[in-house]
Amino acid sequence: MEKLSDKSNPLARLGDTGLYILADLGRMALFLLYSLRGLFRRPFRFAELLKQIHFIGAGSFVVIFFTALSTGMVLGLQGYYSLHKFGAEGMLGSAVSLTLIMELGPVLTALMVAGRAGSAMCAEIGIMRISEQIDALECMAIDPFRFLISPKFLAAIISIPLLTGLFDVIGIAGGYISGVTLMGVNPGSYIEGMRSSVTNHDIQLGVIKSFVFALLVVWICTGRGYFVREIRSAGFGAESVSKVTTQAVVLSSISVLIFDYLITAILL
Amino acid sequence: MSDAAVEFCRVSKAFVARDGQVQVVLDQVNFAIPAGKTTVIAGGSGQGKSVTLKLILGLLQADDGRIKVGGVDVTRIRGTGLEELRTRFGVLFQGAALFDSMSVYDNVALPLRERTKNSEAAIAELVMDTLVKLDLEGHEEKFPAQLSGGMRKRVGLARALQLEPEIMLFDEPTTGLDPVMTHEIYELFAKMQEKLGYTAIIVSHDIPHVFNLAEQVIILNNGKMDIFASPDEIQWSKQPHIQEFVRKTMGEIYQSHLVE
Repeated sequence: MEKLSDKSNPLARLGDTGLYILADLGRMALFLLYSLRGLFRRPFRFAELLKQIHFIGAGSFVVIFFTALSTGMVLGLQGYYSLHKFGAEGMLGSAVSLTLIMELGPVLTALMVAGRAGSAMCAEIGIMRISEQIDALECMAIDPFRFLISPKFLAAIISIPLLTGLFDVIGIAGGYISGVTLMGVNPGSYIEGMRSSVTNHDIQLGVIKSFVFALLVVWICTGRGYFVREIRSAGFGAESVSKVTTQAVVLSSISVLIFDYLITAILL
Repeated sequence: MSDAAVEFCRVSKAFVARDGQVQVVLDQVNFAIPAGKTTVIAGGSGQGKSVTLKLILGLLQADDGRIKVGGVDVTRIRGTGLEELRTRFGVLFQGAALFDSMSVYDNVALPLRERTKNSEAAIAELVMDTLVKLDLEGHEEKFPAQLSGGMRKRVGLARALQLEPEIMLFDEPTTGLDPVMTHEIYELFAKMQEKLGYTAIIVSHDIPHVFNLAEQVIILNNGKMDIFASPDEIQWSKQPHIQEFVRKTMGEIYQSHLVE
């Protein structure tokens, strides 16, 4: 056996790490390409798509409901407290709705789905990889992307924007409960403030974000699971799946936050 | 068409470990696996037995050389060409690699549902026929977690046989099974091969048992291969590493088998 590079040399270590990161980025880019291509390959797995929509979408409803309600109620209280100082409580509907539609709705929905469904997807794919189930699919000449990954992609791209819409509606209702019902803001001004300030552009921004975040979450979570054997820091066996699952949630959450800033900066 | 089901021509494969070590697993190896026969690939741990199977299937790419399956060069095809080639194979994995979330029936039906245009009724008939042949009738609704090790292997074999493969690959097929079950599984392999006439390539540590089936033996050692036309030839080898292999893996069991 020979050594490919001298690991005691810091420059060699840096180069080795750089090559590893490049290879990882390349793998992930190809993974995205094959997963999107899998959407157009036949036979289409409609039942699997429905199952995944149920898992990612319907299954995340409870966590989305409580997160949205508490976020909306807190926004209502905080907004009232700040606006009251300037005698501008009438703007509460506008502040709550814009914050939720453009920012908190897409971001918190994506983070919640990454934590609940993304981690499960990563672990499922990772276990299938280490137990050779994905190898078995390839040996049976079944494209693992079309069979396993693409339905998850499509389900996430359908479910997460819908969950974001629900988050926005529930959050705005939460703001109404705390601002109007508890703090006494005029209900007409809450609704009218919202109606007059929210434009199509604001809604488009929220929708674009939710689609991008959906793609990021499902891409990173399934991709990390798929490449569980190639990830250096993961180790081996069951431990590797637990480590890549944690890594997938952290990476997808950070990516969502970074892309949130980038999309806002470009489109606002 | 050549008589060889699989041919390796000057094939090399090396891996770079996470610590940067380069391990040469196959070094310019040449061999041919005759069609319709049983070939056993043996050797110590980490000698590249499973790598050889993955190279045949195109799951790994060779660093150098050509691998031909029925005259088709695996190293030069990709995408749908490779997918089509893989329909010629059936693979029984070490852990059977059954889909945990599917029942026995769905596991066995999967290749037919995905790779054929058969109706569900026709698929049901084929699946039940195979399950009966492999003594799995009555277990079709069970999930892999509810099966014993031997049953899992039989379900894996049933699934692998669904597309009537020309070549069956067995990767450590009896690991984790007791001697009685191991004997039963090998008897089943022999019976199925006689019925279906496929080429069998068996990677195994279970030398005394598997040599009873072998018509050709390949022993891997430090990136090189030694090929023997029959298991009996091995004991006459003058090479020290083969003699060591015979002593360690076959010992008295094989000697007594020869005496018989």
